[in-house]
Amino acid sequence: MHPAPSVIVFTTLCGAGYGLLALLGLYGAAGQLPPDPAFGAVSMLLALGVVSAGLVSSTFHLGHPERAWRAFSQWRSSWLSREGVASAVTYGPTVAFGAGWVLLGSTTGLWAVCGVLSFLCAVTTVICTAYIYRSLKPIPAWSNRWVVPNYLSLSAMTGALWLAALAALFGHELPGLSPLALATIVLALVLKLAYWRYIDGSPAASTPESATGLGFLGKVRLFEAPHTSENYLLKEMGYRIARKHAKKLRVIALCLGFFAPFALALAAASASGVIVPICWLFAAGIAIPGVLVERWLFFAEAKHTVTLYYGRELGKS
Amino acid sequence: MTSLPDHRSSKRLGLVIDLDVCVGCHACAVNCKEWNSGGVAAPLTDLNPYDEDPLGVWFNRVHTYETTGDGHGRTVHFPRSCLHCDEPACVTVCPTGASYKRAEDGIVLVNEDICIGCKLCSWACPYGAREYDYDAGVMKKCTLCIDRIYNENLAAEDRVPACVATCPTSARHFGDLGDPDSDISKLVRERGGYDLMPEMGYKPVNQYLPPRPRRTEAAALGAASQLLPLSSDSAGGLLGWIDRLLSN
Repeated sequence: MHPAPSVIVFTTLCGAGYGLLALLGLYGAAGQLPPDPAFGAVSMLLALGVVSAGLVSSTFHLGHPERAWRAFSQWRSSWLSREGVASAVTYGPTVAFGAGWVLLGSTTGLWAVCGVLSFLCAVTTVICTAYIYRSLKPIPAWSNRWVVPNYLSLSAMTGALWLAALAALFGHELPGLSPLALATIVLALVLKLAYWRYIDGSPAASTPESATGLGFLGKVRLFEAPHTSENYLLKEMGYRIARKHAKKLRVIALCLGFFAPFALALAAASASGVIVPICWLFAAGIAIPGVLVERWLFFAEAKHTVTLYYGRELGKS
Repeated sequence: MTSLPDHRSSKRLGLVIDLDVCVGCHACAVNCKEWNSGGVAAPLTDLNPYDEDPLGVWFNRVHTYETTGDGHGRTVHFPRSCLHCDEPACVTVCPTGASYKRAEDGIVLVNEDICIGCKLCSWACPYGAREYDYDAGVMKKCTLCIDRIYNENLAAEDRVPACVATCPTSARHFGDLGDPDSDISKLVRERGGYDLMPEMGYKPVNQYLPPRPRRTEAAALGAASQLLPLSSDSAGGLLGWIDRLLSN
């Protein structure tokens, strides 16, 4: 599948932003956020800003961005529409929670309820994003049980790293945050490895034989393509440039997205003084390009059944 | 609405494509392009039409495959277009309501006026039926020539999709696959018509008829295995004398 930069940036940034919003909501509801307006303002603005930037970025790949509002209408059947609705609804409790925390210095009572709702809405939005891909049967690399856990764990990981970096920057220590960040890195790593293992190992249900129904005549091979140059289908669904670098890119994604943040988080958790916020900032900062590479691979490595008609097999590059 | 219609008519309009008869001439693709360049989905934009890398929207593409089972190579021409599925995920994934399946005849259409061009429907189609128009910024697809089949300005025999009307070998048939007594339903039964990629669960309406078994011997037409003399009667007179002379 064609890895559209706007969608890669959108899913990565929104994942981090919603992870941060969810954790802020939870820590707030548990009464563990300090009444520090600067910390609150920067955290909430960063989370909401990143989410908003991601949502705006997602409209860049539309043919008619000015009609994007119509995407709120089909939540009964469409995960993309559900994601739109969920992302819009999430602004309600998160902005209310942020206002209570930053302006009134309170995260209890009604504001705690807003915190819990922020958590629920943010998680729901990430699940909707993941299900857009999970629900597409023609793409075996997406239509499997590993996709939703991958999106959720990466969102939790990047959110936890950014929360840890922000808390450390403002001199606060949130209880249990360091172990949580380390645990989410390990969880996201294990789930990503399981995902890669799955897509490398599972045979595709569809073949050139089932696509044409000509299997009873033997092996089916493309003899003549319908057109001499590329068409939309091959540009969008037949993307394979640089797929040959997939192995190296996986190593890069692992190093930037998981190993380096884990080492830096471990250093931050065991250090003290000025080194702590620096380590957390680097951990959070390096995880984002790592997840961007991971997300690029998520698209570039995914093959679509339409390529079977063009003489390709889903199992091979 | 992109939810599938709750109450559907039994009518399931679609095509039956005979892979035994198709000669791969691309006339269906060309006539489709021609008709639909002026029809409801117009224009079917072509970018760089006279340059090195032309890129255009087509609703119909003709592939050619070769198979090599049991020692016999075979060439099969394979037209590919929208199958107007009973369970079209291209419709249900649409976030705007632009994609829909008609309750009255099962035709899958795009309302180009509200399509946002997110391309998700094309990702959801296993068959590559939908092609994005980069110029118009909306998704386009086969309409089953809805502006022909119900068009009372056309003669009754012309109220079939452009691809069907033009096929020189009658490899394409149009009709109601929801009616078990329709001509094309009978054709599907007689010839063992099948679904493409049934494992996807989209339940395509369009059916493909398999190539007939290949004949490896000459047809038994009742002809003698070798030619016999036309007549054993020998002519008389001068011609008979010449015949005898030349036969020596």
